[in-house]
Amino acid sequence: MSAPPVPEEVGQELGLGPVKEVTTILAPPARLSGPIPWVIAILIALVVIAAAGGLSLRNLADNARADLADAVTVQIIEAGLDDRTAQTEAAATALGAHPLVTSVRVVPETELQALLEPWLGVSVASDNVPIPALIDVELSRSASTDELAQLQSALDTALEPLGGEARVDAQSQWLRPVYDALSALQYLALALITLVSIATASAVWLAARNAFINHRETVEIVHLLGGTDAQVTRIFERSVLREAAFGAVIGLLVGLAALWLLGQQFASLDSGMVSSGGLALTDWLIIAAIPVGGVMLALITGRITIGYALRSML
Amino acid sequence: MTERPSEIVKFDNVGLRYGTDAEVLSDVSFTLFPGSFYFLTGASGAGKTSLLKLLYLAQRPSRGSIRMFGKDMITLPRGRLPDFRRRLGVVFQNFRLVQHLSAFDNVALPLRLAGTDEAKVQRSVGDMLEWVGLSHRMHAIPETMSGGEQQRVAIARAVIARPQVLIADEPTGNVDPEMALKLLRLFEALNHRVGTTVIVATHDVHLLKKVPDSLIMRLNKGRLSDPTGALRYPPAPKSKPAATGSRTDSLGAAK
Ligand SMILES: Nc1ncnc2c1ncn2[C@@H]1O[C@H](COP(=O)(O)OP(=O)(O)OP(=O)(O)O)[C@@H](O)[C@H]1O
Ligand SMILES: [Mg+2]
Repeated sequence: MSAPPVPEEVGQELGLGPVKEVTTILAPPARLSGPIPWVIAILIALVVIAAAGGLSLRNLADNARADLADAVTVQIIEAGLDDRTAQTEAAATALGAHPLVTSVRVVPETELQALLEPWLGVSVASDNVPIPALIDVELSRSASTDELAQLQSALDTALEPLGGEARVDAQSQWLRPVYDALSALQYLALALITLVSIATASAVWLAARNAFINHRETVEIVHLLGGTDAQVTRIFERSVLREAAFGAVIGLLVGLAALWLLGQQFASLDSGMVSSGGLALTDWLIIAAIPVGGVMLALITGRITIGYALRSML
Repeated sequence: MTERPSEIVKFDNVGLRYGTDAEVLSDVSFTLFPGSFYFLTGASGAGKTSLLKLLYLAQRPSRGSIRMFGKDMITLPRGRLPDFRRRLGVVFQNFRLVQHLSAFDNVALPLRLAGTDEAKVQRSVGDMLEWVGLSHRMHAIPETMSGGEQQRVAIARAVIARPQVLIADEPTGNVDPEMALKLLRLFEALNHRVGTTVIVATHDVHLLKKVPDSLIMRLNKGRLSDPTGALRYPPAPKSKPAATGSRTDSLGAAK
């Protein structure tokens, strides 16, 4: 029988062990345990879609506001052709004199007829069917309600001697409910993202707690062999990181696929309004940051959960 | 190590109860002296494992005082426990091997937790497994090993980091007498050559006789009998009570 080996002296510094070796302490690293990566994938996909929707709505609203808020249309409703022409000219003059107005364009009758044709038939004669005259007015900036009222009263004064009447339609006025709806949808997207984040944190919390319970014996052994809380936490962090990263990547891919499909659908609508809701580079960067944020959220939740669990042990 | 405390462990009137049950340990007082070899005996249920749990810091006592390495263990914050646990080597009664780690990785665990250089880990663990006769089972996981094999892995893991105190709970319960003796020789080698304090809980009376200058701690229903006072007072310098000269010689030769 040979002499027993006497082990070499071991450094007793309380450093963290080499990451690779110590982290093999938990279950085999290659295996993804349980549904958590998939739950995270679903949640990340939802956030990606919600965020893309929210950002797209914001762009849409911004573009629409920029296009429409600084323009008004003036309508002159007068059955008699001559009177209408006179009133239109008076109105155009009055508008041109207004400080807020940058350009005035009387919409030509032919253009109006072309617009109305689909509804009123081919041979619309303005004599037979009275149509209002339209003046497109561009303003130097978007007008407040008071300024619109001023514009209206200026028109009233100009048309009074002619016995006519003009109506100012601010597109921003009738679009207000649309804007309100758009911003409500943006808040909805935000709320959805918040809820999904809470759900993600809860899922990770549950998973980390379960993992801790499943590996409690291992944790106790590691403790009794002199493992520190930091070492134990890091072992769990590794597995949380692996699972969350996997889920986040899958979630991002699924979310992007869904966005691409939606994009195809909207593109076939070929509407100017929809195309103005496209995503800019910064929007894509925000979307790319979602999985990163999800993984960080999972890591922080996991660390807090394990920290709590460890404090209940000796 | 600048100065070696004259006592490495000191229990004073220690009592332990689990929950609201009656005390399983009562008024336990003893001192472990550095470099000594102890056997802990007693009937099943006498409280041997419970006492060892206090010793390897898996349990806090219900009352009394425990000092180890000159520090009060009762008031020690839990964050400081790893520092002390790393000075101990433990063979648990039920082995407590990490089930999804190979024999090699189980034995390597204390070294890796202590941040030992991996080349050294490979060398030490390889040597140790060879000596306990498990080189060929190095990559086996505990589940596929016999009780005796698992026990040898547990022992290898307990001694691999060269502990200052080796605590073994029935370390030879699952091996044949020949292997039991061989394992005991490992403990003795550590005791003689490194000065490790060893405490072995066992039912096996034959084992007691194999280490001539060992001290016996006898537990009876949670109480420790110490008729000679050998467990309270330090042994004569450079010698043990009732010890022959051979022991002192081998210790001296190793230094
Ligand atoms: N975790 C526990 N909870 C409650 N009671 C316990 C616990 N562990 C041990 N006991 C009780 O404490 C007493 C002493 O048990 P212990 O395991 O220390 O005995 P032992 O001397 O090691 O016995 P054995 O020789 O069979 O290993 C027993 O009555 C046992 O039932
Ligand atoms: Mg026992």
